[in-house]
Amino acid sequence: MFETTYPQLIGLCTGTLLLTSALMVWRHSMLASIRLLAVQGFALAALVAVIGVQKGEVEVILVAVLVLLVKGLGLPWVLAHESKATTRTDEAPRLNPTASLLTVALLTILAYVVSSRVLARDTSISAHAAPIGLAMVLIGFLLLVTRRQARSQLIGFLVLDNGIATVAFLTSGGVPLVLELGISLDVLLVVMILYVFAGRMHNKFGNTDIDQLRKLHD
Amino acid sequence: MSQSLSFALWTPLALPVLFALLSLTVPSPRVRRLGPIASSLAVLGSGVILDVAVLNDQVPTFGGLLRADALSAYLLTVVGAIGLVATWGGLGGNGHSQTPARWAGSYDGLISVFLAAMSLAVVADNIGLMWASIEATTITTAFLVGAHRTGKSLEASWKYVILGSVGVAIALLGILLIYAASRATGEATLSWLVLSQPGLPLDPALVRAGGALAVLGFATKAGLAPMHSWLPDAHSQAPAPVSGLMSGVLLAVALYAILRVQAITDAVIGPDFLRAMLSVAGLLSLFVAAALLIRQRDFKRMLAYSSIEHMGLMAIGAAVGAAALPAVLLYMLGHGLVKATLFVVSGRILEVEGTPTIANVRALLVRRPGLAIPWLVAMAALVGFPPFSIFFSEVGIILAGWSAGMGVVVGIALVLLLVIFASLTRLTVALTIGSPHDALDHTPPTLPEHATGEATARTGHPTAPGDESEADRAATNLSRLEVEAGIDGAGAPEPFPMTSNIRVAAPFPDTVAVPVVDVVIAPDRSTHGPLLPLVLALATCAVVPFIANPVGVLLVRAAAVLGGAH
Repeated sequence: MFETTYPQLIGLCTGTLLLTSALMVWRHSMLASIRLLAVQGFALAALVAVIGVQKGEVEVILVAVLVLLVKGLGLPWVLAHESKATTRTDEAPRLNPTASLLTVALLTILAYVVSSRVLARDTSISAHAAPIGLAMVLIGFLLLVTRRQARSQLIGFLVLDNGIATVAFLTSGGVPLVLELGISLDVLLVVMILYVFAGRMHNKFGNTDIDQLRKLHD
Repeated sequence: MSQSLSFALWTPLALPVLFALLSLTVPSPRVRRLGPIASSLAVLGSGVILDVAVLNDQVPTFGGLLRADALSAYLLTVVGAIGLVATWGGLGGNGHSQTPARWAGSYDGLISVFLAAMSLAVVADNIGLMWASIEATTITTAFLVGAHRTGKSLEASWKYVILGSVGVAIALLGILLIYAASRATGEATLSWLVLSQPGLPLDPALVRAGGALAVLGFATKAGLAPMHSWLPDAHSQAPAPVSGLMSGVLLAVALYAILRVQAITDAVIGPDFLRAMLSVAGLLSLFVAAALLIRQRDFKRMLAYSSIEHMGLMAIGAAVGAAALPAVLLYMLGHGLVKATLFVVSGRILEVEGTPTIANVRALLVRRPGLAIPWLVAMAALVGFPPFSIFFSEVGIILAGWSAGMGVVVGIALVLLLVIFASLTRLTVALTIGSPHDALDHTPPTLPEHATGEATARTGHPTAPGDESEADRAATNLSRLEVEAGIDGAGAPEPFPMTSNIRVAAPFPDTVAVPVVDVVIAPDRSTHGPLLPLVLALATCAVVPFIANPVGVLLVRAAAVLGGAH
């Protein structure tokens, strides 16, 4: 039973991951991005759980719970909690929606081309889905480069990080639990620090537009 | 015996964390500021113990995750030594006075945690753990860079955290690909000891992609071009001891991570791939440093670009491979010590002069020999004069590159080094040498702030004992403004009045052509902070290259670790 649904479940989870990433590029409002991020966190946790059940390893299922707590609930909660305090400035990205969605499509194709070379030897079902993770990394970069608001850049960073986690789970079944804990803690702290800085920026300049960070140069 | 020394593996992690907690809880600022120094001493002491262990052919391990071979032990010593110079030398100033009172202990606490994270990065036998601790340094230094809480420091710390964490995220992707490749050994592992064995059946395509991404990510942290753009901003805005720590310790440890990854990939796909990558990054770094040093105006940014230059040359050394590695490792120590010294002195100059612009300082040798002389000696070491170890490292790398058939790369590097040498010399001359009358024309923008201190000193009121910097500032203003009134530096520790002529003090009589008579300049001989750490750092840097045993032996063994000897 599970053997037949396993490929479909993997496909469903990775499909959700890619879809939410693409939607984040499309939507400009901060609140929508945070909700999509929460959905993405749940999809990632589900993916890890599916891999864990298929392998029959308790440790991987524990990692799935950890991912759910940090990426599905913790981070979106921190982001939403902080965002309420400040004014809701919508993003005016450097690329219009059509161009950015087209870029997403190109990046996804690029991810498949690159993965077909790197992962040529691996023929497992999960390895076939690994290009999605790489595509998410590239989409995260796209968000980082094209967004002007400090907090939207943060969303890009988190998509990038989710992409890396997806690659990790699909190619090697995840890292040891100790390491996963360390990585999750690091990401959580980086996000909090960036949030503190975004808050200071808001206090100092009245907005969080990173285009004004141009004082230091040679 | 091996087990009895393994305590030295966890002391550099546990003790700094303990001192960090003490820094947060102890109310007295004087005691609190000793925390980072104690942490550095703990790291240095553990490093020396491990050095002794590895020289006696032992490899201490602890709990399966920590392991000290010759390379780890040496790097731990480097971290401790540079940390000691930066934290002890940083005692004098009040570089983080703008921190709100409720966060006052966090500055010292974060420095201790930073040192613990760096120690963990070098003694971890797990690439993943090494990654996590390098990422942890981004977290600890983020607030340290932004400690001044100005708009500029906010900008610097934002850029630093974004670029730094994205960089190490790329490194994580690379490490995970190497981890995926390691499944071919039977059990997936991140132990660097297992992975760097020769002849493992790893998938070359995965290792190539993983190695490239990991090196790219750690190169961001090491400040190699073209991912260097955070470095000048962060180094120029951070408080001076933090700049010294980042430049001396963080960049070196990031390069250490590159060397470890290189050892893994070289065993699978041969050295050519990363050699090309590191050569390009190294030359590009040298080029960026040369291009931006020519027109540099800020002395802290000058030091930052010099760090990019030295990291570039170290990357070229790493590209050359085994023959150049002892020189690269010695380079890490020499550059770290000298750069920590220079950043500490730059912090003191910034504090007493109130400006980071070279053109607004000038004539430091005449006005403040106490700061200018350490600066000049350290700059001589930095640009590569013998007997300081940087000279021997640079020569070692260039000779090894030449005999390894990389003549073109080291040739270009030499030309760029000459350009950098000329720029640094010109900027140092502009900062230190010259007539003080030029300096008097440039009234620094912060003078009005110190008007009260000046008034106190002028009326002869004794300044409060704990208020040394205020007294120094007063002395500055006296030597600067009250020249014609004939008042000697009341607040200076060594009053040095000269009533006849400036020519007596100026070491270059021909430069003082201005006929100024009856001018009093009291040269400020105060070093504005502890002098001993600076002297120790420069003396170590000058003596170390001449000690064949045990330093030379340790360097050769550490380099051999990367070549496959365990």
